[in-house]
Amino acid sequence: MAAVKYIPREKLPEWLKALAAQSRVLVPVEEGGSVVFRQYDPARAPVFGSDATAPPKGAVFPASQELFSYAYGKAGEENAPTLKLDPKTEATPTVVFGSKPCGARGFLIFDRVYMGKKFPDPYYIAAREATVFVTMACATVENTCFCHWVGSGPADAAGSDVLLTPVEGGYTVEAVSEKGAKFLDNPALTDGAAKAAEAEAVKKASREALGEAPDIATSPAALLSLFDDMEFWRDQSDKCVSCGACTYLCPTCYCFSITDEGTGTAGRRMRSWDACMHFQFTLEASGHNPRPTKAHRLKNRVGHKFSYYPTLHDGLIACCGCGRCVKSCPVSVDIREIVQNAVAKAKG
Amino acid sequence: MTDPFNPYLPEVATILETVQETHNIKTFRVRFDDEAKMKAFKFEPGQVGQLSAPGIGESTFVINSPPTRMDYLQFSVMRAGEVTAKLHTLTAGDKVGVRAPLGNAFPVADMKGKDIVFVGGGIGMAPLRTLFLYMLDNRADFGKIRLLYGARSPLDMAFSAELPEWTGRSDIETTLTIDREAEGWEHKVGLIPNVLLEMAPKPENCVAITCGPPIMIKFTLEALKKLGFADEQIVTTLEKRMKCGIGICGRCNIGTSYVCVDGPVYTYAQLKQLPNEL
Repeated sequence: MAAVKYIPREKLPEWLKALAAQSRVLVPVEEGGSVVFRQYDPARAPVFGSDATAPPKGAVFPASQELFSYAYGKAGEENAPTLKLDPKTEATPTVVFGSKPCGARGFLIFDRVYMGKKFPDPYYIAAREATVFVTMACATVENTCFCHWVGSGPADAAGSDVLLTPVEGGYTVEAVSEKGAKFLDNPALTDGAAKAAEAEAVKKASREALGEAPDIATSPAALLSLFDDMEFWRDQSDKCVSCGACTYLCPTCYCFSITDEGTGTAGRRMRSWDACMHFQFTLEASGHNPRPTKAHRLKNRVGHKFSYYPTLHDGLIACCGCGRCVKSCPVSVDIREIVQNAVAKAKG
Repeated sequence: MTDPFNPYLPEVATILETVQETHNIKTFRVRFDDEAKMKAFKFEPGQVGQLSAPGIGESTFVINSPPTRMDYLQFSVMRAGEVTAKLHTLTAGDKVGVRAPLGNAFPVADMKGKDIVFVGGGIGMAPLRTLFLYMLDNRADFGKIRLLYGARSPLDMAFSAELPEWTGRSDIETTLTIDREAEGWEHKVGLIPNVLLEMAPKPENCVAITCGPPIMIKFTLEALKKLGFADEQIVTTLEKRMKCGIGICGRCNIGTSYVCVDGPVYTYAQLKQLPNEL
């Protein structure tokens, strides 16, 4: 691994401008009382201190994207019949700058599904390969943070290409991947050997601030054993208003819908984020719905993240512990409590 | 560099012919416009495809023609929602998008040399038709073949043009039934599970394959158990709301099993291993 570098805080704009000359650079900025990722604008100061309200999920997986456009003519009409399909899989080179480790780690969960052997997703792969994550380790933690429960932590570099750590006066800069190493070649970055120990101390302190993680290793079997216990799930989901904010803000929620947009003769097929918390998600044309109540749906959301996904993917929990679903839930549904309740209840 | 395979991009296909099976079931016979792709197309009985009605969307249907008859791919569509309503307006010459094959197939290899009982209800006959015709085209590979096909009324019975052949063949035994008496009906009257009990197929060296509406499946499973069929000897094929069809979009899973890739075909033994979320 390359040596640690250092950048003083006042030099950050210089580096960001250099990056923005070559790529789309997304940084967390304040907007309408929230912190969201937007294209870098030197006139707007990025917010690196607190975690962004919404993760940089859209950088690789846009909330809505065109799969292909179509032009259609029905038999018997002028210039008909025709069906022409034109797919667009190209991606824009992008740097996600200043996400917390949890925001970048979310894509590790996507990768297993979207980069599978049988049906690799060309749209996702193009965007993933075109994106570099310059991630900011956490110097402070919040009471909704639980990344240490799921095998991550406040300085977790998994899924990132470069790791910054806040130190007095600036940030240490470490290359995590080969892709990331290329981004350190900028005159604003100097040797950071003298700051390395301080950075390690920051990482250690924030990890210690999180405290002990409860043992949730049995969550896959525990959740499965409670599948038919609808009383348990009604209890857990009682407050839920099915708004879907948890899925919208989740760095690992990767479900989507496919819809057609346009007229009968021309338009496009879109892929858009979808939410398993909505009644319509599994509603069949016959009227039958395998997940008819919010209890069924919350069971699927928690079950997918802490049981089905880890069972299918070598124990990897499909949650990065960012706590956005906890923080932004309008009625304080807390996935940490649900998992712990399930583990405890299954123990009997 | 050639573009990587795009699993979301349908093949453009032309409707060669349609058959109005019942008041709400229409059959479409289609061929890919790309002849090379059509000739290279391979699938197994039980696999499904997504039909696109451009501007409206896509839905999943079983390919109900067998791989032994590749003049066209056949889909039978029951009108239920927006996509199916749009598909019902299409006629010969119209274009559709087809993404296929998707999903798993009936365990045909395990069925060779065995007696077979098909139990189909309503539109549930479509997936059975594929395997049934495949078996007829490979008749020597299988033992006794029996088909029990039921619908609410004679007018609700799809594939009516083929029924005289199916009932007339001496190397198979076809039983048709409807729920209530109807004028001119010469076959059985009675609910499928009851007729199945009357037929009383023996479970020894036999596989039962069933598909139909949930309530019919429930009582058919009970009847098969009563007749002594083991869970491993009962095969069914499921339906779920699907979007991607490739195991990603997240709505058709039953616990860890994604119906679009791990299914739609399951043995009753496999279903019992899954959480209860049909």
